[in-house]
Amino acid sequence: MSSLSKSLTPSRFTSTVYRRPLRWYVSKIIAYGVLVVGTVVMIIPFMYMVSTSLKTTIDSYSFPPTWIPNPVVWQNYVDIWKMAPLFNVAINSIKISVLSTLGQVISCSLAAFAFARLRFKGREVIFMLVLATMMIPSQVTLIPTYLVFRAFGWINTHAPLIVPSWFGGAFGIFLVRQFFLSIPEELVDAAKVDGCNPFRIYWQIFMPLAMPVLATMAIFSFLNSWNDLLGPLIYLRDLVLMTFPVALASFSGHNVMLNLPLLMTASLVSILPTVILVFAMQKYFIQGIVLSGLKV
Amino acid sequence: MGASSIRPSRRGPAGNATVTAPNPVFGKGGRLASALQRINYSETFWAYLFLGPTLIGLLVFSLGPILASLGLSLMKWNIIDTPKWVGLLNFQVLFKESLFWKALVNTLRYMVMAIPLEMLLSLVFAVLLSRGLRGESFFRTAFFAPGVCSVVAMAMVWRQIFDFKLGMLNGLLSYFGVNPIPWLLITQTAMPAVVLMSVWMGVGFSMLLWLAALQGVPQTYYDAALVDGAGRWAKFRYVTWPLITPTAFFMLIIDVIASFQVFQQTFVLTGGGPQQSTYTLVLYIYDKAFRNFLLGDASATAYVLFFIMLGLTVVQFRLQKRWVNYELA
Repeated sequence: MSSLSKSLTPSRFTSTVYRRPLRWYVSKIIAYGVLVVGTVVMIIPFMYMVSTSLKTTIDSYSFPPTWIPNPVVWQNYVDIWKMAPLFNVAINSIKISVLSTLGQVISCSLAAFAFARLRFKGREVIFMLVLATMMIPSQVTLIPTYLVFRAFGWINTHAPLIVPSWFGGAFGIFLVRQFFLSIPEELVDAAKVDGCNPFRIYWQIFMPLAMPVLATMAIFSFLNSWNDLLGPLIYLRDLVLMTFPVALASFSGHNVMLNLPLLMTASLVSILPTVILVFAMQKYFIQGIVLSGLKV
Repeated sequence: MGASSIRPSRRGPAGNATVTAPNPVFGKGGRLASALQRINYSETFWAYLFLGPTLIGLLVFSLGPILASLGLSLMKWNIIDTPKWVGLLNFQVLFKESLFWKALVNTLRYMVMAIPLEMLLSLVFAVLLSRGLRGESFFRTAFFAPGVCSVVAMAMVWRQIFDFKLGMLNGLLSYFGVNPIPWLLITQTAMPAVVLMSVWMGVGFSMLLWLAALQGVPQTYYDAALVDGAGRWAKFRYVTWPLITPTAFFMLIIDVIASFQVFQQTFVLTGGGPQQSTYTLVLYIYDKAFRNFLLGDASATAYVLFFIMLGLTVVQFRLQKRWVNYELA
């Protein structure tokens, strides 16, 4: 309720106790009703996932589905690591996502520093060029990039999924640059007087200050890398090299390797790191969406 | 080494430190040192050092491929034989191919179903969540949770939900007397099912954007509307909506571009079927490039995709004057 509407309520003017009109309660109930229904729809697929992952194969196909598994089969969470090369898949996902994220944080922040704080010829042109690459859909660059990595002999290795992250990215550069622009000039001047070279200014002053925006950027980079399907689909052939999304997609193909509870267990395990990451750093995550409008 | 010439450095804050140099080449203020020092203070040098990775990336992963793709679109190449120059033939063939038109129509179908639904639902949730209800952050978190998860992992669940015999959706509908629908197996419902899952995943992010926009509406405007006796709908229609049209516009641009690139949902949920009723443009490009290795044709399609997206974006910018309000914000 607005401040004015509060001050206009009759309680301020009359001595009788102000009663909220029925309409107020009705609208509250409707609002909660819509939100609760929406939340249930949002959460049910997750509940189904958790519930099925704890069922026996036979129970998982019972209809109508039961919510509380009986018996509860924790064994699925043990078996999953034996059934498929899922342990390798998990290691691959972690390795690729962590290394890509590290590369993005380092290369984007370096470029952002140059764009925000160094004067040099061609700065505006290069910055515009970097931003313009955001407009080009990745499908246009997909095939030539594939050919480049093929020429390097990197097909069926993790390199094509990691290396590009170490060479900048428009979203990260833009986000960090905006933050770097807001750091007061006096701080830089003081450091210059003390004889700091630009790298030390970047590393010892700007980077520590930029931790929040770097966190935002890192979350997005991690999610992109972790959830990517097309990249691994194109570059990886062997199951032992695959990441979660492409492994899950191949498990669920016509030659089903996993039964339903195990498939749900694997899916759940695969989303757990992203869910934990985003919930632990929710503030930075929401900030990132609001600042950029970017969807993962 | 014998030369004892003293070179005062031209630059640097400590120029007089070079007056008595013990070693004219390597020592403090020596020729090399002073050259290094000059470099040390040259911002251009540092800038290009910092930008090194980005510039290489720009050339190797963006500008180079963009041009190469354009070249490839004018060639026939199956990755093994030598590429053959064919001019605009790939484009002519593409426009005659019925599967391309089908993929384009499917992509548009996805777009016109998913965007209004997602924007409307997310706006309703955002408006409800901007009223200071209790449990706001819980609801907000629940709404955007699906969006951070892998599309593939969630598609595994949705395939079960949409299952003809055992699926939860048909189970729920049976309470309302609706006969079971083979959601992913018939052409009429496959795309709506894909849209449903996409909206389920995307609605939370759009809601966060709307929420940010709603927070930017000054309270005084609402107070003024209240004094004028505006009801809830009038307040939304004449105060809130005009002020959040820039966000709506931005969202529309982003969502149209994203819709044209829809891939994961259709790839995993339906594989483009049944009878190619969910076969979208990026699926088409993927199949051409990486299943059939028709690299020229695939590049041509990618460029067509790009120009359609560009065209739609330009049209939207043209039309924005009619409904987007920037002066008020």
